[in-house]
Amino acid sequence: MDLNQKRTRTVDRVDSVDPDLVSPESTPMCPFPDEVLEPVLSLINSHKDRSSVSLVCKDWYNAERWSRRHVFIGNCYSVSPEIVVGRFPKIRSVTLKGKPRFSDFNLVPEDWGADVYPWLSVLAKAYPFLEELRLKRMAVSDESLEFLAMNFPEFKALSLLSCDGFSTDGLKAIATHCRNLAELDIQENGIDDLGGDWLSCFPETLTTLQVLNFASLNSEVSFSDLEKLVTRCKSLRVLKVNRTINLDQLQKLLLRAPQLTELGTGTFTQDLVTRPVADLEATFGSCKNLLTISGLWDTNSLYLPVIYPACASLTFLNLSCAALRSFELAMLLIHCKSLRRLWVLDTVGDMGLEAVGSWCPLLEELRVFPADPFEQENVAGVTESGFVAVSRGCPKLHYVLYFCHQMTNAAVATVVQNCPGFTHFRLCIMNLGQPDYVTNEPMDEAFGAVVRTCPNLQRLAVSGLLTDLTFEYIGKYAKNLEILSVAFAGSSDLGLKYVLGGCPRLRKLEIRDCPFGNAALLSGLTKYESMRSLWMSACNLTMNGCRVLAKEMPRLNVEVMKDEDSEDSQAHKVYIYRTVAGPRRDAPPFVLTL
Amino acid sequence: MDQKKTTLDLFNNVDLATELRLGLPGTDNQPEIIKSSLSGNKRTSSEMGSSTCTDENESRFSPPTKEQVVGWPPVRSYRKNILQVKKTESEMGSGMYVKVSMDGAPYLRKLDLKMYQSYEELMKGLQVMFKCIIGLYFEREGYNGSQHVPTYEDKDGDWMLVGDVPWEMFISSCKRLRIMKSCEARGLGDC
Repeated sequence: MDLNQKRTRTVDRVDSVDPDLVSPESTPMCPFPDEVLEPVLSLINSHKDRSSVSLVCKDWYNAERWSRRHVFIGNCYSVSPEIVVGRFPKIRSVTLKGKPRFSDFNLVPEDWGADVYPWLSVLAKAYPFLEELRLKRMAVSDESLEFLAMNFPEFKALSLLSCDGFSTDGLKAIATHCRNLAELDIQENGIDDLGGDWLSCFPETLTTLQVLNFASLNSEVSFSDLEKLVTRCKSLRVLKVNRTINLDQLQKLLLRAPQLTELGTGTFTQDLVTRPVADLEATFGSCKNLLTISGLWDTNSLYLPVIYPACASLTFLNLSCAALRSFELAMLLIHCKSLRRLWVLDTVGDMGLEAVGSWCPLLEELRVFPADPFEQENVAGVTESGFVAVSRGCPKLHYVLYFCHQMTNAAVATVVQNCPGFTHFRLCIMNLGQPDYVTNEPMDEAFGAVVRTCPNLQRLAVSGLLTDLTFEYIGKYAKNLEILSVAFAGSSDLGLKYVLGGCPRLRKLEIRDCPFGNAALLSGLTKYESMRSLWMSACNLTMNGCRVLAKEMPRLNVEVMKDEDSEDSQAHKVYIYRTVAGPRRDAPPFVLTL
Repeated sequence: MDQKKTTLDLFNNVDLATELRLGLPGTDNQPEIIKSSLSGNKRTSSEMGSSTCTDENESRFSPPTKEQVVGWPPVRSYRKNILQVKKTESEMGSGMYVKVSMDGAPYLRKLDLKMYQSYEELMKGLQVMFKCIIGLYFEREGYNGSQHVPTYEDKDGDWMLVGDVPWEMFISSCKRLRIMKSCEARGLGDC
C-alpha cells in the first residue's frame, strides 16, 4: 500500500474513525491501525518520549503529531511559532523558555528578546482553545497578557517564572477575562507591582481556581476579596500568599481552605499579640492534606512551632525566606519525618544541617541559600562539615544546591560516597578561586569524585579553584551529564576541549570568565547541533573564531552580544544554539548573528 | 543593566608587566598581572605563598572582591532582599539604650531596645521594670482600659503612641520612652 495514500487519510481524518477508511492491511513497518496507535500514544506525556515516537516511521510521526496535546519548547528561538502550529494541530498546552539562564544573574542585557507576543498571535489563530501557557524567562508585556486574556476563551492555567516586562495591570486582565481560570502562578518575575487590586478583579462567578501563587508580589491585596475567593473555590489546592498577609488573616484563610496541599504563608510573626497562637496551631492541625509549606517570612521560635501539627506529612519545606538558627531548625525537623525536599538559608549553620541528617532520613533534595551573599567579613554560613553531616543521615539525597565559603576535596568525596545517587550536584563556593582550605590544593579532586562516583549525574555546577584536570574528569566520567555550569575555572583551552570531547549527553553548557578560546570553541563543532545551547561570556573568544563557527555550522545561530567596554575583536558574550528557524528577526542592535 | 564592571575590566588600567613573584603570604597585597598570549585577556595571578605555582604560563585569578563582579555569587535578585530588614538591625551597633521615664517616678531608667524583638517583649520588660500594667494595644483605641500608656519621642521630636508602626521602624526612630498616666494620655490614641 502506498505510504503517501495512508498519510493523506490520516491527515484528512478528524477525530471520529470512519471504518471505510481504515485499511485492514497495513505496511509491514507499522502493524497498528491509527485507531489503536493514537489512544496508545495519547498516554505518553513526556516530550522526550514523544520525540522518540515521532522518529520511528512516518505513520507514527503523524499519529504522534495528531495526538500531542502539550508542546515543550526549551528555547523559543530554536523554532518558529509557524513551524510548531504547522506540525501539531491540536495543542492545548504550551511551555516556552526564553532567555539564557545567566540572565537571572544580570548577565543578559535588557531588551535582549524572547518576547512572547509573536508566539501568542500565532497561537491565537491555530489553537483558539489553548488552555495552558507556562513561560520561563520570557519577556511578557501587559499587552501580551491582555491579548492572552481576550483571545483564548478556554484558557485555564498561566504560569510565569522569571519573566519580566509586565505589571499588575496585566494580571488584572487575566483575572477579569479568564472565566475558567484554574491556575495563576506568578513566581520570581521582574514585575512592576502597581498595587494589589488585580486580585479584586476575579469575578464573583469564578469558582474554578486550583492554584494561586502571588508570593513574590509586594503590594497588599484586599483581604476580604481574597477570603471570598478562597471560600468559593472549593478545589483550591495551592495557595501561596505574599508577605502582606499577616497571621490572623492566614488563620482565616486556612479555616476556609483546609483542603490545601501546598501553602505559602505570609509574614509569620506578629508585633503585638492580640490572639493567642494556640488557635493557629490547631488550624494547622486541621489541614490534613498539606504536603508543602513555604513563605514563613521573619518567623522565629515564638511562631514556628505553630506549624508542627502539620509537619508529619510534609514532603517539601521551603524555609529559604526564614532566617532560622540551628536550634530553631532542629526543633522543627524533629516533627518532619516524611520530608523529601528542604530549602534553607545558611543561617542554620552546620549544626542545623546535622539536625537535617538526624531527622530526615527520606530527604532527597537539599538547597542551602546564602543569607548574606555579599558579606565578606564575619561570614558564618555553612561549611563542609554540614554537607558531610547531611550526607551521612540522608542516603537518598540526589539533588543538592549548596552555597558555602569553604570546602575541601575530602569532604566532597565523602559526601558522594555516602550518596552515590546524585543526579543534580550544584556546589557554589562563593569566594572566587578558593582552593581546598585545608590542603590549599585546587578543588579538582572534589568534582572528580563526583563524576566518578555518581553515574546518574545529569546536572553539575562547579566552583572554587579549578584547573583543566576537573574538566578532564568531567569529560571522561560524566556520561549522563546534560547541564554543566562553569564560572572562573580552568587553565587553558584544554579544559573546554575535554568536556566537548566527552559528555555524550550534554545539552546545556554555560560558561563565564574562563580562559577558553577559539580553539576550544571550534573543537566542539559537531557537538553543538546535539545540544540546546552554549553560553560563553568573558572568555577568550574573538569575533573571528565565532565567524568560523557560524560559517561551518549554518544550522546554529551564533550570536555575539556587543557591549561598549569590550574591544571590537573580542566576542565578550556569545550565545550559540541550534535552530530550524534561521537567524532571529527580532534581534536588538547589540546582538549580532554571525 | 550591565553597568558594573566585570573581573577583566577591573584590571584595565594596571601595568601589564610580566612579573611573577613568589613571596610569603602577607608580604604584598598587590595582585600580579600576567600578560597572556592572547591580547585583551587580562588575568591576575594570586600569590599562592609557598604553593607550587611556578609555571609562568599558568593563569590564575586573584579573586576580586565580590561587589565588583556582576552576577556573582549566582543568587537571584529577589533572594538578596529577603534579609534586608534583619541586616539593618544588626548594623545599628551594639546596644540601643534609651531613657525611660514614668510619670510620678522619682528617677528615670534606661533600657536597651535591642534586647527586645517585639512590642510584646518590650511591654513585658517595661511592666517588670516599673511594676505597672500597660495592657493590650488596639489599633483604634490605643491602650484603652489600662492605667498607663507607653509613648515615645521620635526623631522629629514628636510624642507618639507606642505600637502603631512596625517594630523595626519603631526602634530606629525611638529616642526616648515615657510611660504616661492614662488620664494625661487622652487625645494621643484617638483617631
